[in-house]
Amino acid sequence: MSADAETGRGDRRSRILGDLRGARNIGIAVTSTVVFFAIVAIVVVNSAGWPEVRKAFFDRKLFDSSFPEVGHAFLLNIRIFCIAEALILVFALAIAVLRGLPGPVLFPFRLLAVLYTDLFRGIPTILVIYILGFGAPALQLSGVPRSPLFWGVTALVLVYSAYVAEVYRAGIESVHPSQEAAARSLGLSRAQTLRHVIVPQAVRRVIPPLLNDFIGLQKDSALVALIGPIEAFRQSQIDVAATFNYTPYVATALLFILLTIPLARLTDWLIARDRRRQSAGATR
Amino acid sequence: MSARASALRLEGVHKSFGSFEVLRGVDLDVSEHEVVCLIGASGSGKSTLLRCVNLLERIDAGTILLNGEEITRRDVDVNAVRRRVGIVFQAFNLFPHMTVLRNVTLATTHVLHKSRAEAEAEATALLERFGLADKRGEYPDRLSGGQQQRVAIVRALAMQPELMLLDEVTSALDPELVAEVLSVIRELAEAGMTMVIATHEMSFARDTANRVCFLDAGRILEQGSAEEIFTHPREPRTQQFLERIIAAGRL
Ligand SMILES: Nc1ncnc2c1ncn2[C@@H]1O[C@H](COP(=O)(O)OP(=O)(O)OP(=O)(O)O)[C@@H](O)[C@H]1O
Ligand SMILES: [Mg+2]
Repeated sequence: MSADAETGRGDRRSRILGDLRGARNIGIAVTSTVVFFAIVAIVVVNSAGWPEVRKAFFDRKLFDSSFPEVGHAFLLNIRIFCIAEALILVFALAIAVLRGLPGPVLFPFRLLAVLYTDLFRGIPTILVIYILGFGAPALQLSGVPRSPLFWGVTALVLVYSAYVAEVYRAGIESVHPSQEAAARSLGLSRAQTLRHVIVPQAVRRVIPPLLNDFIGLQKDSALVALIGPIEAFRQSQIDVAATFNYTPYVATALLFILLTIPLARLTDWLIARDRRRQSAGATR
Repeated sequence: MSARASALRLEGVHKSFGSFEVLRGVDLDVSEHEVVCLIGASGSGKSTLLRCVNLLERIDAGTILLNGEEITRRDVDVNAVRRRVGIVFQAFNLFPHMTVLRNVTLATTHVLHKSRAEAEAEATALLERFGLADKRGEYPDRLSGGQQQRVAIVRALAMQPELMLLDEVTSALDPELVAEVLSVIRELAEAGMTMVIATHEMSFARDTANRVCFLDAGRILEQGSAEEIFTHPREPRTQQFLERIIAAGRL
Protein backbone atom coordinates (compact mmCIF):
# COMPACT_ATOMS: atom_id res chain seq x y z
CA MET A 1 0.00 0.00 0.00
CA SER A 2 2.57 2.52 1.15
CA ALA A 3 4.81 1.50 -1.69
CA ASP A 4 1.96 2.15 -4.14
CA ALA A 5 1.35 5.57 -2.68
CA GLU A 6 4.98 6.38 -2.93
CA THR A 7 5.42 5.37 -6.55
CA GLY A 8 2.25 7.33 -7.31
CA ARG A 9 3.72 10.43 -5.77
CA GLY A 10 7.01 9.80 -7.52
CA ASP A 11 5.21 9.60 -10.87
CA ARG A 12 3.42 12.85 -10.27
CA ARG A 13 6.59 14.62 -9.25
CA SER A 14 8.49 13.46 -12.32
CA ARG A 15 5.59 14.51 -14.55
CA ILE A 16 5.70 18.06 -13.16
CA LEU A 17 9.46 18.11 -13.52
CA GLY A 18 9.01 16.97 -17.10
CA ASP A 19 6.56 19.80 -17.72
CA LEU A 20 8.95 22.31 -16.20
CA ARG A 21 11.74 20.95 -18.32
CA GLY A 22 9.44 21.15 -21.36
CA ALA A 23 8.59 24.78 -20.65
CA ARG A 24 12.25 25.62 -20.20
CA ASN A 25 13.08 23.89 -23.50
CA ILE A 26 10.48 25.96 -25.31
CA GLY A 27 11.95 29.10 -23.74
CA ILE A 28 15.43 28.15 -24.92
CA ALA A 29 14.16 27.34 -28.42
CA VAL A 30 12.32 30.65 -28.74
CA THR A 31 15.26 32.68 -27.46
CA SER A 32 17.82 30.99 -29.71
CA THR A 33 15.52 31.40 -32.73
CA VAL A 34 14.97 35.09 -32.07
CA VAL A 35 18.67 35.70 -31.52
CA PHE A 36 19.62 33.78 -34.66
CA PHE A 37 17.26 35.65 -36.95
CA ALA A 38 18.09 39.00 -35.33
CA ILE A 39 21.76 38.42 -36.14
CA VAL A 40 20.97 37.44 -39.71
CA ALA A 41 18.75 40.51 -40.11
CA ILE A 42 21.39 42.84 -38.67
CA VAL A 43 24.08 41.44 -40.95
CA VAL A 44 21.88 41.73 -44.05
CA VAL A 45 20.52 45.20 -43.28
CA ASN A 46 23.97 46.57 -42.51
CA SER A 47 25.56 45.15 -45.65
CA ALA A 48 26.82 47.65 -48.16
CA GLY A 49 24.39 46.66 -50.89
CA TRP A 50 21.27 46.39 -48.75
CA PRO A 51 19.63 49.71 -49.78
CA GLU A 52 19.97 48.69 -53.43
CA VAL A 53 18.70 45.18 -52.83
CA ARG A 54 15.79 46.43 -50.81
CA LYS A 55 14.74 48.72 -53.62
CA ALA A 56 15.17 46.03 -56.28
CA PHE A 57 13.50 43.11 -54.46
CA PHE A 58 11.31 44.44 -51.68
CA ASP A 59 9.50 47.42 -53.14
CA ARG A 60 6.27 47.56 -51.19
CA LYS A 61 4.33 49.50 -53.81
CA LEU A 62 5.37 47.23 -56.64
CA PHE A 63 4.61 44.18 -54.53
CA ASP A 64 1.07 45.40 -53.92
CA SER A 65 0.51 46.14 -57.58
CA SER A 66 2.04 42.95 -59.01
CA PHE A 67 0.72 40.51 -56.41
CA PRO A 68 -2.86 40.32 -57.79
CA GLU A 69 -1.57 39.86 -61.32
CA VAL A 70 0.90 37.18 -60.39
CA GLY A 71 -1.69 35.63 -58.10
CA HIS A 72 -4.12 35.39 -60.97
CA ALA A 73 -1.51 33.73 -63.16
CA PHE A 74 -0.78 31.36 -60.29
CA LEU A 75 -4.25 29.92 -60.76
CA LEU A 76 -2.86 28.40 -63.96
CA ASN A 77 -0.09 26.74 -61.95
CA ILE A 78 -2.70 25.30 -59.63
CA ARG A 79 -4.68 24.02 -62.59
CA ILE A 80 -1.55 22.52 -64.18
CA PHE A 81 -0.52 20.50 -61.20
CA CYS A 82 -4.01 19.50 -60.11
CA ILE A 83 -4.65 17.97 -63.52
CA ALA A 84 -1.13 16.52 -63.68
CA GLU A 85 -1.35 15.02 -60.18
CA ALA A 86 -4.65 13.30 -60.90
CA LEU A 87 -3.29 11.81 -64.13
CA ILE A 88 0.01 10.80 -62.52
CA LEU A 89 -1.72 8.94 -59.68
CA VAL A 90 -3.52 6.71 -62.17
CA PHE A 91 -0.89 6.40 -64.89
CA ALA A 92 2.00 5.67 -62.50
CA LEU A 93 -0.01 2.97 -60.76
CA ALA A 94 -0.70 1.34 -64.11
CA ILE A 95 3.04 1.36 -64.90
CA ALA A 96 3.93 -0.07 -61.48
CA VAL A 97 1.37 -2.87 -61.80
CA LEU A 98 2.48 -3.61 -65.34
CA ARG A 99 6.03 -3.95 -64.15
CA GLY A 100 5.02 -6.47 -61.49
CA LEU A 101 3.04 -8.78 -63.77
CA PRO A 102 4.37 -12.35 -63.80
CA GLY A 103 4.87 -14.80 -66.62
CA PRO A 104 6.99 -14.94 -69.77
CA VAL A 105 4.12 -13.86 -72.07
CA LEU A 106 4.00 -10.46 -70.42
CA PHE A 107 7.73 -9.87 -70.71
CA PRO A 108 7.36 -7.17 -73.43
CA PHE A 109 5.09 -5.15 -71.11
CA ARG A 110 7.53 -5.41 -68.24
CA LEU A 111 10.34 -4.36 -70.57
CA LEU A 112 8.30 -1.41 -71.77
CA ALA A 113 7.60 -0.30 -68.20
CA VAL A 114 11.29 -0.54 -67.29
CA LEU A 115 12.35 1.39 -70.41
CA TYR A 116 9.77 4.04 -69.68
CA THR A 117 10.85 4.67 -66.08
CA ASP A 118 14.54 4.65 -67.03
CA LEU A 119 14.01 7.03 -69.91
CA PHE A 120 11.90 9.64 -68.21
CA ARG A 121 13.88 9.66 -65.00
CA GLY A 122 17.03 10.13 -67.05
CA ILE A 123 16.09 13.12 -69.23
CA PRO A 124 15.99 16.54 -67.54
CA THR A 125 12.38 17.69 -67.13
CA ILE A 126 13.07 20.90 -68.98
CA LEU A 127 14.23 18.97 -72.05
CA VAL A 128 11.11 16.80 -72.08
CA ILE A 129 9.01 19.94 -71.95
CA TYR A 130 10.91 21.53 -74.82
CA ILE A 131 10.91 18.41 -76.97
CA LEU A 132 7.20 17.71 -76.53
CA GLY A 133 6.13 21.35 -76.46
CA PHE A 134 7.88 22.25 -79.72
CA GLY A 135 8.19 18.84 -81.36
CA ALA A 136 4.74 17.31 -81.02
CA PRO A 137 2.75 20.25 -82.47
CA ALA A 138 5.31 20.54 -85.28
CA LEU A 139 4.32 17.07 -86.49
CA GLN A 140 1.02 18.62 -87.57
CA LEU A 141 -0.86 15.38 -87.09
CA SER A 142 -4.60 15.81 -87.27
CA GLY A 143 -6.34 15.19 -83.97
CA VAL A 144 -3.21 15.90 -81.96
CA PRO A 145 -3.64 19.04 -79.85
CA ARG A 146 -1.27 21.91 -80.64
CA SER A 147 -1.70 23.79 -77.40
CA PRO A 148 1.61 24.21 -75.56
CA LEU A 149 -0.29 23.97 -72.28
CA PHE A 150 -1.47 20.48 -73.24
CA TRP A 151 2.04 19.35 -74.09
CA GLY A 152 3.51 20.99 -71.01
CA VAL A 153 1.14 19.08 -68.76
CA THR A 154 1.79 15.90 -70.74
CA ALA A 155 5.54 16.32 -70.24
CA LEU A 156 5.11 16.79 -66.49
CA VAL A 157 2.84 13.74 -66.30
CA LEU A 158 5.35 11.60 -68.21
CA VAL A 159 8.33 12.68 -66.11
CA TYR A 160 6.67 12.52 -62.73
CA SER A 161 4.85 9.26 -63.45
CA ALA A 162 8.23 7.63 -63.91
CA TYR A 163 9.20 8.65 -60.38
CA VAL A 164 5.83 7.93 -58.83
CA ALA A 165 5.68 4.51 -60.51
CA GLU A 166 8.88 3.59 -58.70
CA VAL A 167 7.37 4.81 -55.43
CA TYR A 168 4.30 2.67 -56.02
CA ARG A 169 6.44 -0.31 -56.94
CA ALA A 170 8.38 -0.06 -53.69
CA GLY A 171 5.03 0.02 -51.87
CA ILE A 172 3.71 -3.01 -53.72
CA GLU A 173 6.87 -4.97 -53.00
CA SER A 174 6.68 -4.05 -49.32
CA VAL A 175 3.39 -5.92 -48.91
CA HIS A 176 4.29 -9.36 -47.57
CA PRO A 177 3.71 -12.29 -49.96
CA SER A 178 1.60 -13.99 -47.29
CA GLN A 179 -1.06 -11.35 -47.95
CA GLU A 180 -1.24 -12.47 -51.54
CA ALA A 181 -1.31 -16.12 -50.48
CA ALA A 182 -4.19 -15.41 -48.10
CA ALA A 183 -6.19 -13.62 -50.78
CA ARG A 184 -5.52 -16.21 -53.47
CA SER A 185 -6.33 -19.04 -51.05
CA LEU A 186 -9.83 -17.57 -50.74
CA GLY A 187 -10.31 -17.91 -54.49
CA LEU A 188 -9.68 -14.28 -55.41
CA SER A 189 -8.14 -13.86 -58.84
CA ARG A 190 -4.78 -12.17 -59.29
CA ALA A 191 -6.48 -8.94 -60.40
CA GLN A 192 -8.90 -8.99 -57.47
CA THR A 193 -6.00 -9.60 -55.09
CA LEU A 194 -4.16 -6.59 -56.48
CA ARG A 195 -7.25 -4.43 -56.41
CA HIS A 196 -8.50 -5.25 -52.91
CA VAL A 197 -5.49 -6.45 -50.95
CA ILE A 198 -2.11 -5.43 -52.37
CA VAL A 199 -2.65 -1.96 -53.86
CA PRO A 200 -4.65 -0.47 -50.96
CA GLN A 201 -1.93 -1.48 -48.51
CA ALA A 202 0.85 -0.34 -50.84
CA VAL A 203 -0.72 3.08 -51.44
CA ARG A 204 -1.20 3.68 -47.73
CA ARG A 205 2.49 3.05 -47.16
CA VAL A 206 3.75 5.33 -49.93
CA ILE A 207 1.60 8.39 -49.30
CA PRO A 208 4.48 10.36 -47.65
CA PRO A 209 7.02 9.85 -50.48
CA LEU A 210 4.19 10.43 -52.96
CA LEU A 211 3.41 13.82 -51.46
CA ASN A 212 7.12 14.57 -51.54
CA ASP A 213 7.16 14.06 -55.29
CA PHE A 214 4.11 16.27 -55.62
CA ILE A 215 5.90 19.12 -53.86
CA GLY A 216 8.51 18.85 -56.62
CA LEU A 217 5.77 18.83 -59.23
CA GLN A 218 4.20 22.00 -57.84
CA LYS A 219 7.48 23.84 -58.30
CA ASP A 220 8.10 22.36 -61.73
CA SER A 221 4.74 23.65 -62.95
CA ALA A 222 6.71 26.88 -63.52
CA LEU A 223 8.75 25.12 -66.22
CA VAL A 224 5.71 24.95 -68.48
CA ALA A 225 6.17 28.71 -68.96
CA LEU A 226 9.21 27.97 -71.10
CA ILE A 227 7.03 26.87 -74.02
CA GLY A 228 4.52 29.70 -73.80
CA PRO A 229 1.69 29.56 -71.26
CA ILE A 230 1.67 32.52 -68.92
CA GLU A 231 1.67 31.12 -65.42
CA ALA A 232 2.88 32.89 -62.30
CA PHE A 233 6.60 32.74 -63.04
CA ARG A 234 6.14 33.97 -66.64
CA GLN A 235 3.82 36.73 -65.45
CA SER A 236 6.36 37.89 -62.89
CA GLN A 237 9.03 37.95 -65.63
CA ILE A 238 6.79 40.21 -67.67
CA ASP A 239 6.25 42.47 -64.66
CA VAL A 240 9.98 42.55 -63.94
CA ALA A 241 10.74 43.47 -67.54
CA ALA A 242 8.23 46.30 -67.39
CA THR A 243 9.50 47.86 -64.16
CA PHE A 244 13.16 46.86 -64.01
CA ASN A 245 12.46 45.70 -60.46
CA TYR A 246 12.62 42.15 -59.08
CA THR A 247 9.86 42.44 -56.49
CA PRO A 248 7.37 40.40 -58.60
CA TYR A 249 9.77 37.42 -58.32
CA VAL A 250 9.56 37.65 -54.56
CA ALA A 251 5.77 37.75 -54.79
CA THR A 252 5.81 34.58 -56.94
CA ALA A 253 8.19 32.81 -54.61
CA LEU A 254 5.87 33.64 -51.73
CA LEU A 255 2.91 32.08 -53.57
CA PHE A 256 4.81 28.85 -54.20
CA ILE A 257 5.92 28.69 -50.59
CA LEU A 258 2.40 29.29 -49.30
CA LEU A 259 1.30 26.25 -51.27
CA THR A 260 4.26 24.02 -50.47
CA ILE A 261 4.41 24.50 -46.72
CA PRO A 262 1.04 22.92 -45.91
CA LEU A 263 1.86 19.92 -48.11
CA ALA A 264 5.32 19.57 -46.54
CA ARG A 265 3.87 19.71 -43.02
CA LEU A 266 1.19 17.19 -43.97
CA THR A 267 3.91 14.86 -45.29
CA ASP A 268 5.92 15.19 -42.07
CA TRP A 269 2.84 14.58 -40.00
CA LEU A 270 1.96 11.43 -41.97
CA ILE A 271 5.51 10.10 -41.63
CA ALA A 272 5.46 10.74 -37.88
CA ARG A 273 2.08 9.06 -37.57
CA ASP A 274 3.32 6.00 -39.46
CA ARG A 275 6.35 5.78 -37.21
CA ARG A 276 4.16 6.01 -34.10
CA ARG A 277 1.89 3.28 -35.44
CA GLN A 278 4.78 1.00 -36.26
CA SER A 279 6.36 1.33 -32.83
CA ALA A 280 2.95 0.80 -31.24
CA GLY A 281 2.59 -2.36 -33.33
CA ALA A 282 6.06 -3.55 -32.35
CA THR A 283 5.52 -3.21 -28.62
CA ARG A 284 2.15 -4.88 -28.54
CA MET B 1 -9.96 -48.09 -44.85
CA SER B 2 -13.26 -46.33 -44.55
CA ALA B 3 -16.56 -46.94 -46.28
CA ARG B 4 -17.17 -43.20 -46.48
CA ALA B 5 -16.50 -41.27 -49.68
CA SER B 6 -13.02 -39.92 -50.21
CA ALA B 7 -12.82 -36.15 -49.71
CA LEU B 8 -9.15 -35.78 -50.50
CA ARG B 9 -6.70 -38.15 -52.06
CA LEU B 10 -3.00 -37.63 -52.68
CA GLU B 11 -1.15 -40.10 -54.90
CA GLY B 12 2.63 -40.03 -55.15
CA VAL B 13 2.90 -36.28 -54.66
CA HIS B 14 6.37 -34.85 -55.26
CA LYS B 15 7.42 -31.25 -54.71
CA SER B 16 10.87 -29.69 -54.96
CA PHE B 17 12.15 -26.22 -54.33
CA GLY B 18 15.10 -25.95 -56.68
CA SER B 19 17.16 -29.08 -56.16
CA PHE B 20 15.71 -29.68 -52.69
CA GLU B 21 12.94 -32.30 -52.70
CA VAL B 22 10.51 -31.41 -49.92
CA LEU B 23 7.76 -33.94 -50.68
CA ARG B 24 9.04 -37.30 -51.86
CA GLY B 25 6.00 -39.30 -52.80
CA VAL B 26 3.15 -38.59 -50.40
CA ASP B 27 0.07 -40.82 -50.45
CA LEU B 28 -2.84 -39.82 -48.29
CA ASP B 29 -6.55 -40.55 -48.28
CA VAL B 30 -8.94 -38.44 -46.24
CA SER B 31 -12.59 -39.42 -46.14
CA GLU B 32 -15.52 -37.08 -45.63
CA HIS B 33 -15.92 -35.77 -42.07
CA GLU B 34 -12.53 -37.13 -41.13
CA VAL B 35 -10.01 -35.12 -39.12
CA VAL B 36 -6.41 -35.96 -40.00
CA CYS B 37 -3.52 -34.52 -38.04
CA LEU B 38 -0.10 -34.17 -39.64
CA ILE B 39 2.77 -34.30 -37.20
CA GLY B 40 6.47 -34.23 -37.89
CA ALA B 41 9.65 -32.31 -37.28
CA SER B 42 10.14 -28.78 -38.46
CA GLY B 43 11.02 -28.86 -42.16
CA SER B 44 9.44 -32.25 -42.77
CA GLY B 45 7.08 -30.68 -45.32
CA LYS B 46 3.77 -30.23 -43.47
CA SER B 47 3.16 -26.67 -44.66
CA THR B 48 4.27 -27.50 -48.17
CA LEU B 49 1.84 -30.42 -48.28
CA LEU B 50 -1.09 -28.22 -47.26
CA ARG B 51 -0.09 -25.46 -49.68
CA CYS B 52 0.03 -28.00 -52.49
CA VAL B 53 -3.51 -29.16 -51.72
CA ASN B 54 -4.68 -25.54 -51.92
CA LEU B 55 -2.70 -25.12 -55.16
CA LEU B 56 -0.63 -22.33 -53.64
CA GLU B 57 2.27 -24.50 -54.78
CA ARG B 58 2.31 -26.49 -57.99
CA ILE B 59 3.34 -30.12 -57.54
CA ASP B 60 6.02 -31.70 -59.71
CA ALA B 61 4.60 -35.20 -59.90
CA GLY B 62 1.63 -37.21 -58.66
CA THR B 63 -2.05 -36.34 -58.46
CA ILE B 64 -4.37 -34.74 -55.95
CA LEU B 65 -8.09 -35.47 -56.06
CA LEU B 66 -10.75 -33.42 -54.33
CA ASN B 67 -13.99 -35.38 -53.94
CA GLY B 68 -12.82 -37.65 -56.74
CA GLU B 69 -11.97 -34.82 -59.10
CA GLU B 70 -8.38 -34.29 -60.15
CA ILE B 71 -7.30 -30.77 -59.22
CA THR B 72 -3.68 -31.00 -60.31
CA ARG B 73 -4.38 -31.11 -64.03
CA ARG B 74 -2.86 -28.19 -65.91
CA ASP B 75 -6.20 -26.94 -67.26
CA VAL B 76 -7.97 -26.82 -63.90
CA ASP B 77 -9.38 -23.49 -62.69
CA VAL B 78 -7.28 -22.85 -59.58
CA ASN B 79 -9.61 -20.17 -58.25
CA ALA B 80 -12.53 -22.57 -58.45
CA VAL B 81 -10.56 -25.20 -56.51
CA ARG B 82 -9.49 -22.72 -53.84
CA ARG B 83 -13.12 -21.74 -53.31
CA ARG B 84 -13.75 -25.29 -52.18
CA VAL B 85 -10.69 -25.64 -49.95
CA GLY B 86 -10.21 -23.36 -46.95
CA ILE B 87 -6.76 -22.78 -45.48
CA VAL B 88 -5.76 -21.08 -42.24
CA PHE B 89 -2.17 -20.02 -41.72
CA GLN B 90 0.09 -19.93 -38.70
CA ALA B 91 0.51 -16.14 -39.01
CA PHE B 92 -3.26 -15.44 -39.44
CA ASN B 93 -2.62 -13.30 -42.56
CA LEU B 94 -5.69 -11.16 -41.98
CA PHE B 95 -5.97 -8.11 -44.23
CA PRO B 96 -4.82 -5.30 -41.92
CA HIS B 97 -6.54 -2.52 -43.84
CA MET B 98 -9.99 -4.06 -43.54
CA THR B 99 -12.36 -4.48 -40.62
CA VAL B 100 -13.06 -7.94 -39.29
CA LEU B 101 -16.38 -7.98 -41.13
CA ARG B 102 -14.79 -6.95 -44.43
CA ASN B 103 -12.06 -9.57 -43.99
CA VAL B 104 -14.79 -12.20 -43.80
CA THR B 105 -16.99 -10.85 -46.60
CA LEU B 106 -14.29 -9.93 -49.13
CA ALA B 107 -14.28 -13.33 -50.81
CA THR B 108 -17.95 -14.12 -50.34
CA THR B 109 -18.91 -10.91 -52.15
CA HIS B 110 -16.22 -10.92 -54.84
CA VAL B 111 -15.74 -14.63 -55.44
CA LEU B 112 -19.13 -16.14 -54.58
CA HIS B 113 -20.88 -12.94 -55.76
CA LYS B 114 -23.23 -12.78 -52.81
CA SER B 115 -24.94 -9.47 -52.16
CA ARG B 116 -23.31 -7.29 -49.55
CA ALA B 117 -26.30 -7.66 -47.24
CA GLU B 118 -26.40 -11.44 -47.51
CA ALA B 119 -22.63 -11.77 -47.06
CA GLU B 120 -22.66 -9.52 -44.00
CA ALA B 121 -25.58 -11.33 -42.43
CA GLU B 122 -23.83 -14.68 -42.86
CA ALA B 123 -20.52 -13.31 -41.64
CA THR B 124 -22.16 -11.81 -38.58
CA ALA B 125 -23.81 -15.11 -37.75
CA LEU B 126 -20.48 -16.94 -38.05
CA LEU B 127 -18.65 -14.33 -35.98
CA GLU B 128 -21.35 -14.66 -33.35
CA ARG B 129 -20.98 -18.42 -33.30
CA PHE B 130 -17.30 -18.05 -32.47
CA GLY B 131 -17.73 -15.30 -29.91
CA LEU B 132 -16.54 -12.45 -32.12
CA ALA B 133 -19.78 -10.58 -32.74
CA ASP B 134 -18.62 -7.45 -30.91
CA LYS B 135 -15.40 -7.33 -32.96
CA ARG B 136 -16.95 -7.06 -36.40
CA GLY B 137 -16.12 -3.38 -36.74
CA GLU B 138 -12.57 -3.62 -35.40
CA TYR B 139 -9.36 -3.69 -37.39
CA PRO B 140 -7.18 -6.80 -36.94
CA ASP B 141 -4.39 -5.01 -35.05
CA ARG B 142 -6.85 -4.20 -32.28
CA LEU B 143 -7.49 -7.90 -31.60
CA SER B 144 -5.56 -10.44 -29.55
CA GLY B 145 -3.73 -13.19 -31.42
CA GLY B 146 -6.39 -15.72 -30.46
CA GLN B 147 -9.16 -13.47 -31.73
CA GLN B 148 -7.27 -12.81 -34.95
CA GLN B 149 -6.82 -16.50 -35.57
CA ARG B 150 -10.51 -17.16 -34.91
CA VAL B 151 -11.35 -14.43 -37.44
CA ALA B 152 -9.05 -16.14 -39.94
CA ILE B 153 -10.90 -19.41 -39.36
CA VAL B 154 -14.24 -17.65 -39.81
CA ARG B 155 -12.95 -16.04 -43.00
CA ALA B 156 -12.15 -19.45 -44.45
CA LEU B 157 -15.41 -20.99 -43.17
CA ALA B 158 -17.52 -18.26 -44.77
CA MET B 159 -16.67 -19.77 -48.15
CA GLN B 160 -18.36 -23.00 -47.00
CA PRO B 161 -15.39 -25.12 -48.04
CA GLU B 162 -15.59 -28.86 -48.55
CA LEU B 163 -12.27 -29.21 -46.79
CA MET B 164 -10.33 -27.15 -44.28
CA LEU B 165 -6.53 -27.09 -44.04
CA LEU B 166 -5.06 -25.75 -40.83
CA ASP B 167 -1.35 -25.05 -40.69
CA GLU B 168 -0.08 -24.83 -37.11
CA VAL B 169 -2.76 -22.33 -36.34
CA THR B 170 -1.78 -22.07 -32.66
CA SER B 171 2.01 -21.86 -33.03
CA ALA B 172 2.13 -18.06 -33.13
CA LEU B 173 -0.11 -17.68 -30.08
CA ASP B 174 0.70 -16.99 -26.45
CA PRO B 175 0.05 -20.18 -24.45
CA GLU B 176 -3.03 -18.76 -22.71
CA LEU B 177 -4.66 -18.04 -26.08
CA VAL B 178 -4.18 -21.51 -27.57
CA ALA B 179 -7.21 -23.07 -25.88
CA GLU B 180 -9.78 -20.70 -27.38
CA VAL B 181 -8.58 -21.49 -30.89
CA LEU B 182 -8.38 -25.23 -30.29
CA SER B 183 -11.93 -25.27 -28.97
CA VAL B 184 -13.10 -23.63 -32.20
CA ILE B 185 -11.40 -26.38 -34.19
CA ARG B 186 -12.91 -29.04 -31.96
CA GLU B 187 -16.33 -27.56 -32.58
CA LEU B 188 -15.72 -27.73 -36.32
CA ALA B 189 -14.67 -31.36 -36.02
CA GLU B 190 -17.84 -32.18 -34.11
CA ALA B 191 -19.89 -30.39 -36.78
CA GLY B 192 -18.42 -32.85 -39.29
CA MET B 193 -15.97 -30.60 -41.13
CA THR B 194 -13.33 -32.54 -43.06
CA MET B 195 -9.97 -31.25 -41.91
CA VAL B 196 -6.27 -31.77 -42.41
CA ILE B 197 -4.38 -30.19 -39.54
CA ALA B 198 -0.64 -29.69 -39.25
CA THR B 199 0.09 -29.27 -35.57
CA HIS B 200 2.61 -29.42 -32.80
CA GLU B 201 -0.18 -29.71 -30.20
CA MET B 202 0.05 -33.43 -29.55
CA SER B 203 -2.62 -33.57 -26.85
CA PHE B 204 -5.00 -31.80 -29.21
CA ALA B 205 -4.16 -34.27 -31.97
CA ARG B 206 -4.70 -37.11 -29.53
CA ASP B 207 -8.24 -36.17 -28.59
CA THR B 208 -9.49 -34.67 -31.87
CA ALA B 209 -7.86 -36.54 -34.74
CA ASN B 210 -9.46 -39.60 -36.29
CA ARG B 211 -6.07 -40.33 -37.73
CA VAL B 212 -2.54 -39.11 -37.13
CA CYS B 213 0.08 -39.10 -39.88
CA PHE B 214 3.76 -38.82 -39.09
CA LEU B 215 5.56 -36.96 -41.84
CA ASP B 216 9.29 -37.54 -42.07
CA ALA B 217 11.60 -36.11 -44.73
CA GLY B 218 8.81 -35.63 -47.23
CA ARG B 219 7.06 -38.97 -46.77
CA ILE B 220 4.24 -40.21 -44.58
CA LEU B 221 6.25 -42.70 -42.62
CA GLU B 222 3.52 -43.98 -40.36
CA GLN B 223 -0.16 -43.39 -39.83
CA GLY B 224 -2.92 -44.70 -37.63
CA SER B 225 -5.25 -43.74 -34.85
CA ALA B 226 -3.91 -41.32 -32.28
CA GLU B 227 -3.78 -44.22 -29.83
CA GLU B 228 -1.60 -46.29 -32.16
CA ILE B 229 0.80 -43.49 -33.07
CA PHE B 230 1.24 -41.99 -29.63
CA THR B 231 1.37 -45.13 -27.53
CA HIS B 232 2.66 -47.83 -29.90
CA PRO B 233 4.66 -46.13 -32.65
CA ARG B 234 6.19 -48.81 -34.89
CA GLU B 235 8.85 -46.83 -36.70
CA PRO B 236 12.04 -45.88 -34.86
CA ARG B 237 11.89 -42.37 -36.39
CA THR B 238 8.40 -41.86 -35.00
CA GLN B 239 9.56 -43.06 -31.60
CA GLN B 240 12.49 -40.65 -31.67
CA PHE B 241 10.26 -37.74 -32.66
CA LEU B 242 7.77 -38.47 -29.91
CA GLU B 243 10.53 -38.85 -27.32
CA ARG B 244 11.84 -35.41 -28.24
CA ILE B 245 8.32 -33.98 -27.99
CA ILE B 246 7.84 -35.57 -24.56
CA ALA B 247 11.20 -34.23 -23.45
CA ALA B 248 10.08 -30.77 -24.56
CA GLY B 249 6.97 -31.21 -22.45
CA ARG B 250 4.49 -30.96 -25.29
CA LEU B 251 2.65 -34.24 -24.85
N1 LIG C 1 9.08 -21.33 -51.07
C1 LIG C 1 10.11 -22.10 -50.67
N2 LIG C 1 11.29 -22.02 -51.29
C2 LIG C 1 12.33 -22.79 -50.94
N3 LIG C 1 12.29 -23.68 -49.93
C3 LIG C 1 11.13 -23.81 -49.25
C4 LIG C 1 9.98 -23.02 -49.57
N4 LIG C 1 8.99 -23.36 -48.75
C5 LIG C 1 9.48 -24.31 -47.93
N5 LIG C 1 10.77 -24.59 -48.23
C6 LIG C 1 11.60 -25.59 -47.57
O1 LIG C 1 10.91 -26.80 -47.58
C7 LIG C 1 11.12 -27.50 -46.36
C8 LIG C 1 9.81 -27.91 -45.76
O2 LIG C 1 9.14 -26.74 -45.39
P1 LIG C 1 7.72 -26.76 -44.68
O3 LIG C 1 7.39 -25.36 -44.36
O4 LIG C 1 6.76 -27.52 -45.52
O5 LIG C 1 8.02 -27.57 -43.35
P2 LIG C 1 7.10 -27.78 -42.10
O6 LIG C 1 6.99 -29.22 -41.87
O7 LIG C 1 5.83 -27.02 -42.26
O8 LIG C 1 7.97 -27.14 -40.95
P3 LIG C 1 7.50 -26.29 -39.69
O9 LIG C 1 7.09 -27.25 -38.65
O10 LIG C 1 8.76 -25.55 -39.31
O11 LIG C 1 6.44 -25.37 -40.14
C9 LIG C 1 11.95 -26.61 -45.49
O12 LIG C 1 13.27 -27.06 -45.51
C10 LIG C 1 11.85 -25.27 -46.13
O13 LIG C 1 13.04 -24.54 -45.95
MG1 LIG D 1 5.03 -25.27 -41.38
